[in-house]
Amino acid sequence: MIVLEKRAEPSRLWAFLAPVVAIAAAGLTGAVLFALLGRDPLLAMWTYFIEPLTSAWSLEELAVKATPLALIGAGLALAYRANVWNIGAEGQLVMGAIAGSAIPILLPEWNDPLALFVMLALGLAGGAAWAAIPAFLKVRFNVNEILSSLMLVYVAQLFLDWLVRGPWRDPMGFNFPKSVSFTDWHVLPAISGRVHLGALLALLAVAGLWLLLRRARMGFALKVMGSAPRAGLFGGFSMAQACWISFLISGALAGLAGICEVSGSIGQLQPSISPGYGFTAIIVAFLGRLSPVGALFAALLLALTYLGGEAAQLALGLSAKVTQAFQGMLLFFVLAADVLVHYRLRLQRREAKS
Amino acid sequence: MSINRRETLKLAAAAGLAAGTGLGLSSRVFAAEPLKVGFIYVGPVGDHGWSYQHDQGRQAIEKALGDKVKTSYLEKIPEGADAERALERLVRSGHKLIFATSFGYMDTVLKVARRHPDVFFEHATGYKRAKNVSTYSSRFYEGRYIIGRIAGKMSKKGLAGYIASFPIPEVIRGINSFLLGARSVNPDFRIKVIWVNTWYDPGKESDAAKVLISQGADIITQHTDSAAPMQVAEEKGVYAFGQASDMIKFGPHAQLTAIIDNWAPYYISRAKAVLEGTWKSTDTWGGLAAGMVKMAPYTNMPDDVKKMAMETEEAIRSGKLHPFHGPIRDQQGKLRVKEGEVLSDKDLLGMNWYVEGVDDKLPK
Repeated sequence: MIVLEKRAEPSRLWAFLAPVVAIAAAGLTGAVLFALLGRDPLLAMWTYFIEPLTSAWSLEELAVKATPLALIGAGLALAYRANVWNIGAEGQLVMGAIAGSAIPILLPEWNDPLALFVMLALGLAGGAAWAAIPAFLKVRFNVNEILSSLMLVYVAQLFLDWLVRGPWRDPMGFNFPKSVSFTDWHVLPAISGRVHLGALLALLAVAGLWLLLRRARMGFALKVMGSAPRAGLFGGFSMAQACWISFLISGALAGLAGICEVSGSIGQLQPSISPGYGFTAIIVAFLGRLSPVGALFAALLLALTYLGGEAAQLALGLSAKVTQAFQGMLLFFVLAADVLVHYRLRLQRREAKS
Repeated sequence: MSINRRETLKLAAAAGLAAGTGLGLSSRVFAAEPLKVGFIYVGPVGDHGWSYQHDQGRQAIEKALGDKVKTSYLEKIPEGADAERALERLVRSGHKLIFATSFGYMDTVLKVARRHPDVFFEHATGYKRAKNVSTYSSRFYEGRYIIGRIAGKMSKKGLAGYIASFPIPEVIRGINSFLLGARSVNPDFRIKVIWVNTWYDPGKESDAAKVLISQGADIITQHTDSAAPMQVAEEKGVYAFGQASDMIKFGPHAQLTAIIDNWAPYYISRAKAVLEGTWKSTDTWGGLAAGMVKMAPYTNMPDDVKKMAMETEEAIRSGKLHPFHGPIRDQQGKLRVKEGEVLSDKDLLGMNWYVEGVDDKLPK
């Protein structure tokens, strides 16, 4: 019988090996799956993992797709470290996008570089403000933040829906639910191709959070409150403070992701601005082992699976369901393999019962 | 989902065709590379509604043009940044004719089209065109007038339940057309509208159908894409109309008819145009006459109603009857269309008011 035995110390070796083993296992299972569907497994794997990395165009697309995931995922990693469960990043993304879009929609004439700066600031503020609601409810009334933050996602989405169908609808748009297109002054400048300034902001955010967790007293306080709250209380840290900081930072970053997505990639407000980045980022945070730098790599991996899935649909004629199933398998293996960092497998002879 | 249109590039089409031959000439004499036609769908092809019907159109291209074309598709592409990548991917893998089959792709299509002037784009249900971007849609409201008339005859209570998606002109036009049709045979006919704010959500759609039936509606019609309302109608023993595709297998006793989106004729003609080098940016809005809207067989109704339905269909097809012919008053009683006149396409496309008798308020 195989048993799991807790390691005294997390294994350094397995910390590196786990993702490798996971990708190999996923590749093997995927190969069987694709072979059963009558596709060349090697070609499938190449299309999925390698092809997207072989052209400048798709590397840019990778960065575009990973940008919101990294921004949100890094913030969530920090919150989850502190044992604060912000599940509502999707709603904070939407509110950030709305707040930032107020400039191009209400003040389209404001055409100077400062406008863009204010948009980004409003994006941060919008996300943080929306995240402040579950934080307040938690601290003041001990309302479960998982539920309150999640429910507020739907409120935010419906608010956006109402705005673009009503007051913020493009008056020249035949009543269709879209805002005016942003002018060039309100669009994030491109770095290369479709990669916009948001990618750089994501890198800065990851670096900033890394420093915060590594070097700052505040980061230390968050980690302690997450892993040993009683010890933290004795150390003079406060639960309420950890909750506020976690929500405000993760919310602000989600809001920033929202305004970057709208301003950098879409160019106007519309009823749906995110295919669930705020929820996918929860996976990103865990995939990155709740570290901001890990979240960056996890975001890139996840973005790769989206791109690879599309490439496979086209090159191999696979349905989106199959490519999504494979993405699910991959995430499952990666998260499962992480068990080996903290546990070891041991073969145990079943002892005869007397 | 949808609206569309327009304008011109013969040279590029010819170039696209010629490009294939070059190197391969020695091995495959005279066999030009097939024209690659790409599609992006907002839903899964298995939705039995909107995306499904577009995919039927794609398959029809392959059937009609054989090895002169090769088609592929990307499904479940969200409207937004992902659509741009999907379109770009189709372009980069050699597709020269690309159909973007949802309204929300509009500005993305234009953006990508600007970068690739040698590729032809077709956008369903939008209203922005460019030299290499056409738009197309169907006059579904013609079908809605017919089902309205059937409902007017078949409903014992004179009350239909209407499951609506989003208050855009397309949907408002459908509600108006349905009620005008129903009132042409039963002047007291009423409808109850429920907005589900989704194009496709079987759970929400079936809840809405149940609510409408419990409020007394004995006929259900929908402007959403799943077959769930039809299944509810079958279960509760009321009538319903199929949407987008023939849903008779989901409601063998409930379906009176269905408004079928038939994209095949348009898709085939556009692919042919590229092959022949005659593709132009156009704005197509075709209905029964163009074969873009089709009615499923009229079932579960007495012969006289069936006869009336078929006559109505014929009258619309031949142009004798326009669903929006005057006099038409709006909810406030203001005369919108005078006796002897019909509503213009421009007014139809931007419709944001209800006709007299709709018991619902438009979100402003």
